[in-house]
Amino acid sequence: MAIDFELNGESVSLDVDPAMPLLWAIRDIAGLTGTKYGCGKALCGSCTVHINGQPMRSCVVPASAAEGAKITTIEGLSKDGNHPVQVAWRELNVAQCGYCQPGQIMTAVGLLERIPNPTDADIDEAMSGNICRCGTYTRIRTAIHRAAGDKS
Amino acid sequence: MKRTGQAGGGLVFALTFASACQPDEVAVGPAAKASASVAPNVYVNIRNDGIVEIYCHRSEMGQGIRTSLPQVIADELEADWDKVEVIQAIGHEKYGDQNTDGSTSIRNQFDLLRNAGATGRDMMIAAAAQMWAVPANECVARTHAVHHEASGKSAGYGELVETATGMPQLENAKFKAREDYRYIGKPMDTIDGLDFTTGRAMYGTDTVLPNMLYASIERCPAFGGTVTSFDDAAARAITGVVDVIRMPEPTSPPLFNVQGGIAVVANNSWSAAEGRKKLEIQWDRGANSEHESQAYKDGLIASASAPGASVLTRGDADIETHSQHEAVYYTPYLAQAPMEPPAATAIVNEDGSCEVWAATQDPQTARNTVAATLGIEKEQVTMNVTLLGGGFGRKSKPDFIAEAAWLARETGRPVMVAWSREDDIRHGYFHSASAQYFRAGMDEDGTTRSWLQRSSFPSIASTFAPGVTGPSGFELDLGLLDAPWDVPNMRIETCDATAHVRIGWLRSVCNVFHAFGACGFVDELAHAKGQDPKEHLLEIIGPARKIDPADDAAKYTNYGHDLAKHPVDTGRLSAVTRKVADMAKWGRDLPAGHGLGIAVHRSFLSYVGAVAEVSVDESGKLVVHELWIAIDAGTVVNPDRVHSQLEGGGIFGMSLALHGELTTRNGGVVEGNFDSYPMIRMSEVPAKIHTHIMESDAPPGGVGEPGVPPIAPAIVNAYFAASGKRVRELPLRNAGLT
Repeated sequence: MAIDFELNGESVSLDVDPAMPLLWAIRDIAGLTGTKYGCGKALCGSCTVHINGQPMRSCVVPASAAEGAKITTIEGLSKDGNHPVQVAWRELNVAQCGYCQPGQIMTAVGLLERIPNPTDADIDEAMSGNICRCGTYTRIRTAIHRAAGDKS
Repeated sequence: MKRTGQAGGGLVFALTFASACQPDEVAVGPAAKASASVAPNVYVNIRNDGIVEIYCHRSEMGQGIRTSLPQVIADELEADWDKVEVIQAIGHEKYGDQNTDGSTSIRNQFDLLRNAGATGRDMMIAAAAQMWAVPANECVARTHAVHHEASGKSAGYGELVETATGMPQLENAKFKAREDYRYIGKPMDTIDGLDFTTGRAMYGTDTVLPNMLYASIERCPAFGGTVTSFDDAAARAITGVVDVIRMPEPTSPPLFNVQGGIAVVANNSWSAAEGRKKLEIQWDRGANSEHESQAYKDGLIASASAPGASVLTRGDADIETHSQHEAVYYTPYLAQAPMEPPAATAIVNEDGSCEVWAATQDPQTARNTVAATLGIEKEQVTMNVTLLGGGFGRKSKPDFIAEAAWLARETGRPVMVAWSREDDIRHGYFHSASAQYFRAGMDEDGTTRSWLQRSSFPSIASTFAPGVTGPSGFELDLGLLDAPWDVPNMRIETCDATAHVRIGWLRSVCNVFHAFGACGFVDELAHAKGQDPKEHLLEIIGPARKIDPADDAAKYTNYGHDLAKHPVDTGRLSAVTRKVADMAKWGRDLPAGHGLGIAVHRSFLSYVGAVAEVSVDESGKLVVHELWIAIDAGTVVNPDRVHSQLEGGGIFGMSLALHGELTTRNGGVVEGNFDSYPMIRMSEVPAKIHTHIMESDAPPGGVGEPGVPPIAPAIVNAYFAASGKRVRELPLRNAGLT
């Protein structure tokens, strides 16, 4: 059946099994590969997208839940890659392999929309669902502070 | 600086340099290849539009090689960084050693890369000199142009291409002086930063081809088992499933071959996974069906507790001493668990040739493996290298790439094989479980007079050869035979262990458990003696000297390098020990319940010291508050990427120290995902990870791996300082610590 929703500001209609996780609908059917698989069980956060502004694990959200929703993926976060979180990530060379970073960035953006000036404790709580095997965590903390306007 | 996946258009001037430099091959394991002759020009093209194309022949997996490698070439070439394009090289012998493993890219190829750049620079100078009819030694290359001071003439590199094309080959290009470096030693930004932050970066999982299929493979839970029978009717009934295909049976030894099982191929990833769930398979679990990790652990400890084969002998380690101290250390199986599980896409063309896009650390071995799997010549295989979503040794093994190639031929369509997390954790090439026995004999004043160490673990060699019964060859290089301890009587032995799973490399390999055991035991000796652990560590390392394990009848190969160029230098080891202790303000007053621990280890020709500050509360909650890490890696190319490797090495070391363990039952791995095989998360990350790079003009050592080994023993030693409790097994969660 067709599922109609807004993907990165554009209306899309995907003909998928409604039970298919949104992750695979986005990647295999819509063809946007920036959102990553890491665990398939909402354990690692690599697949994080925004559904109506809320960071969600797309690997466990059925495509049917996207009906009528506004979905934002890493590709749609900003036009030219210059969202303050993306800029801070680059200024601090946060990424190592980069694979988990779309999920990290989408979670961080959600945090900053909720708490514009987060403490380390806020960051630890919000970001603990996102695993980075390369171990970029300390730079992620610093980058979130920087994106929040704290240049220290 | 631009990043492209393929060669740009326009006229390309392929410099025909002499083959002035051979890649410095290092034999690391059975996968090591014979050294190939390399012409440096394969790494550089200067185009007549002025753009310099640099081919990155090593795989990017987070270490930053796509930035560091061009830094070296561009510096010697006197290229303008903004006019450099980096192209990822395919897997091909013309590039020399491409196996991105063993922390080798810079340490083995620094001179090769410098030569590629310097030869290009001299060609540009020679072309300008000919064009202007002036002596070459009056011309200088600077910022992508050649200048002649006396006449005031200048020509950009693009303008010199046509003249240079007809010029004779140049040899023996001179390297720049260290003080003249413009990019080497500078913290250049990651060239893939924009792609990494916008979702444009393309990994093994991201290949999209017309008409492609997605495969999910059910493999036997026990390593080496085979399919007895299967029913695929329910799987075929799943919407989107295209076919169900029986894979070739596993081989013995396993090598990098496919592991058998049943593949479900479908129009999308989810249908393949859903179809796979519906398979009904009867397995013959095979020769390893009774492999059970607790019994195996007991066996390893028993093996290490009895005399083994002596691999290093100094004096008499059995002399009578005033007192003796004994301990047994154990570490479990681990999975590399890169965030991107193994993934590759292949297409087999009508003429039988195969093109592959793979997240591979070792594109030439991947190419050879695909050729062998399909029974075609390697020249018929094009191996494109994607970005790797982490590697840590897993993606040196191209079994998953062979699966994709085989299914592509079976289906006649492009096929992606992307492993699930459970596949990755249960069916990989595991880091060896290990047991070590230590015995030290001490004088009345606590001075260590004798040292006996036995190491037992299933060998990586068992993956490649039948009949392997214990540690061998290069594995003994990894933190065992270069023991730095200033003890007059020493014997090191290896003890038998038979493999029941596929064993393979994991970031820093055997150094993980050798450093854990030795640095933990040295800390025990400090407390037995009643001495400050840092002072004791410096004392047992002893005076600055260069150790040659051959003096103690050891066959030591020093990571493939001459000891004259890369000595085992206890002075450098002591220097990082002192430095990291100073960074942590060793000896300061600590809050109640806190402890500091220190460890130091040489691996991959680099020296790393680590200090951890931990606390533990009554409930057993362990907190690592801060880490301090100092490295002496000799000359470094990109200090920011070195710092980031140490930060990441600290986290990787914490994951294996606190959480990392695979267990087996009935021959299969019990754990399956990040709930049962946890990683360090943000909530556990130290408030700060302080890193320091020692100033050095020594030849480059490794960077990607050496940060890992000292972390676990530093944490365990800190835990002892905080609690008075000694832990000799990993992970710490098994000691009731969370």
